[in-house]
Amino acid sequence: MLGSPFFGPTGLLEEFDRLQKQMDSLLSTAWPGLTNIRAGRAGGFPAVNVGATPEEIDVYLFAPGMQPDQFDISIEQNVLTISGERNDPPPENARQYLQERFNGKFSRVITLPDDVDPERVEANYRNGVLHIRLKRQEATRPHQIEVKA
Amino acid sequence: MSDKEIVQRSEQEVSRPEQAGSEVLLRPAVDVYETEEGVIVKADLPGVSKESLNVQVDKEVLTIEGTVSLDVPEKMEARYAEVQSSRYRHSFTLSQDLDTSRIEAELKNGVLTLTIPKREEVKPRKITVNAA
Repeated sequence: MLGSPFFGPTGLLEEFDRLQKQMDSLLSTAWPGLTNIRAGRAGGFPAVNVGATPEEIDVYLFAPGMQPDQFDISIEQNVLTISGERNDPPPENARQYLQERFNGKFSRVITLPDDVDPERVEANYRNGVLHIRLKRQEATRPHQIEVKA
Repeated sequence: MSDKEIVQRSEQEVSRPEQAGSEVLLRPAVDVYETEEGVIVKADLPGVSKESLNVQVDKEVLTIEGTVSLDVPEKMEARYAEVQSSRYRHSFTLSQDLDTSRIEAELKNGVLTLTIPKREEVKPRKITVNAA
């Protein structure tokens, strides 16, 4: 859907803003969830987007050409690891002009916020995107406190 | 790591979108092969469904376009994004020996496979050398 928060406006000012953010991130301020020593290379395969609501954390892994059972997903001490292998060799007797698509084993590691409940995780694979929904623990969600008269 | 920390240091830009007008486009990773039968193009289009995919040939230019749709819960805020656009586009110029009227396209789990056959008359023929 087009109203996704990942895909913001792209006017000129936004473009400068984007470049500024890119500079910042190169210098020091990468998202801490993906600065883990095992996180893998940003821009490598598969690309990762992360979103959050007060109820959950949503991880999107752009990993086309897989089967749902080919992903190995684990959570240990707040660290989410997704690994797998994409094997798509060229047809036999083919001459190859361009090979940009990733082939082989991959692994991405994402450090999650502390309040994620590792027991309530759902993963869905659709159109080549693995969507992992991690619910936050009930107690830590922001809630309204009623003031009594 | 606290969630607040994540809010403060938000997205990091890593994909390399190409700029076309005011719209940022993603160029999909592609493989191109040639067999005796024709040319095979494979393109990674994660998040693109059959309905939002458009493959067209105009004169000799083959264009692949697709729009990403994700299941996004209400009120979600982006925390980190390596994919920062929802549109893919890539074009190729086809040569005369390819038969653009018989292109086959298949989209499966976000991978588009295009099979572009060669015209019958240009398929390579094995020439037998007869002994004198």
